[in-house]
Amino acid sequence: MPAYSAKVMDHFMNPRNVGEIENPDGVGEVGNPVCGDMMTFYIKVQDNRLEDVKFKTFGCGAAIAVSSMVSEMAKGKTLDEAARITPKLVAEELEGLPKQKFHCSNLGAQALNKAIEDYRSKQKKVAGGKENERQKTRRR
Amino acid sequence: MIKVYLDNASTTPILPAVKEAMLPYLGEDFGNPSCIHSWGDVAREAVETAREQVAQLIGGNIEEIVFTSSGTESNNFAIKGLALAQQNKGKHVVVSAIEHFSVLHSAKTLEKWGFELTLVPVDKYGVVDPDDVRKSLRKDTVLVSIMHANNEVGTLEPIREIARITREHGVVLHTDAVATAGTVPVDIKDLGVDALSLAGNQFYGPKGAGALWVKRGVRIMPLLDGGVQEGGRRAGTENVPAIVGLGKAAELAKADMTRRTEHIARLRDRLLKELPARIEHVVVTGHPQDRIPGNASFCIEFIEGESMLMLLNSQGVAVTSGSACTSRALLASHVLIAMGLSHEIAQGSLLFSFGIDNTSADVEHVLEVMPPIVERLRQMSPLYSKFIKASKGGK
Repeated sequence: MPAYSAKVMDHFMNPRNVGEIENPDGVGEVGNPVCGDMMTFYIKVQDNRLEDVKFKTFGCGAAIAVSSMVSEMAKGKTLDEAARITPKLVAEELEGLPKQKFHCSNLGAQALNKAIEDYRSKQKKVAGGKENERQKTRRR
Repeated sequence: MIKVYLDNASTTPILPAVKEAMLPYLGEDFGNPSCIHSWGDVAREAVETAREQVAQLIGGNIEEIVFTSSGTESNNFAIKGLALAQQNKGKHVVVSAIEHFSVLHSAKTLEKWGFELTLVPVDKYGVVDPDDVRKSLRKDTVLVSIMHANNEVGTLEPIREIARITREHGVVLHTDAVATAGTVPVDIKDLGVDALSLAGNQFYGPKGAGALWVKRGVRIMPLLDGGVQEGGRRAGTENVPAIVGLGKAAELAKADMTRRTEHIARLRDRLLKELPARIEHVVVTGHPQDRIPGNASFCIEFIEGESMLMLLNSQGVAVTSGSACTSRALLASHVLIAMGLSHEIAQGSLLFSFGIDNTSADVEHVLEVMPPIVERLRQMSPLYSKFIKASKGGK
């Protein structure tokens, strides 16, 4: 067994925020089964804040602990604050990750960021859509 | 807490009788076997007794046994030593794609030294087709090495048939019998091989002692230069206590083999049958029948091996996995990939390996704790939810 910190073990044994969100505002998926780890993050946004964060993860103990920690760190933060969560910060919060696990399993922050990007790009489309609607109305 | 050790493929416990036999050589009988005095005599006699015991286990002659530090050293010695000794005849070697890394990486080292290497494939059960070995042989082939049984999936290889082919072509055949010697009957004459590796910590001996049997008349180049220990084939002061332990373990294995095999196979068969019956989407890996008695290997779909190991460990169960995350190299088992399994499925690899100390209660404990562990990880797995959605959508 890799030498995992007590914090990693706690988040692995009792992962927080596991699951999916119905009709999420954003979804982010990273990794692939070849390298061993896959994470999907779901977010619900209210007033520019992460009202809810959930995840599903296929992977080792570190991957599951990382996902759990990221969800906990992100929940309640503004989108800008959440986007500043880095793999390094996650590893620090987990009181360290084994060296060989740092890169392959520490994908949680990336998955969360993808979910935020997904939300923002949807917002742009919605905003853009509304803009088009308005222009059409004006032309009429 | 219940503690269940099901990782005998990694190493077996040391039998009390083996430990007893070793103790004097960690104490008052500390002599160097090369020395010409009474301390040396005692140590030398102990090493020669062990040589006799190991020779008898596999039906070899005592002067054909070289003691090494491990199965890994035996394999390194065989692959490099047998190839280098014959390099004036040719520089082509053949090994299977599922060999232990101590064979595979030794063969790759030979490649760096100017040899050519052919990897023989395996079928979905991990079986080498002797015909593929035949096809791989060339005029300059000097060595073939195919394992007797695979350590991860337990599949037994058709060594007798392969030996017939290599004999016809006058090519030296080595077999890595680390997973079989001391566990199932291994007879070098019956197998027809020219060299064979074994390791004591696979059959209740200590770590730190293995052996390579090399048939009389087959040339091998030493890896370790120095004194003339082991007939000049392996220099270095002998690890006397470990060698004594290996010898004692070999003697006990030979005497008790049938009873051990029956006990171990009975437990293994129950797990092999029951686990896939109790958990959906479980793939049994390795050959359905032709496998070593202690091996029950699976791939549990949609989840990853290391997280299973950790949860099993929290329930007192010790097993191993061939997933990428559990390997230091972060690569999925080359054995499972060579058998044609996808990376995704190979990630869920789990190997239960039984030993003589295991009981029916151990199997029942595993059968009890496994389903909730799998369920828990599947509830977390994006692969599983995709699968469920896809199968619902299909209906």
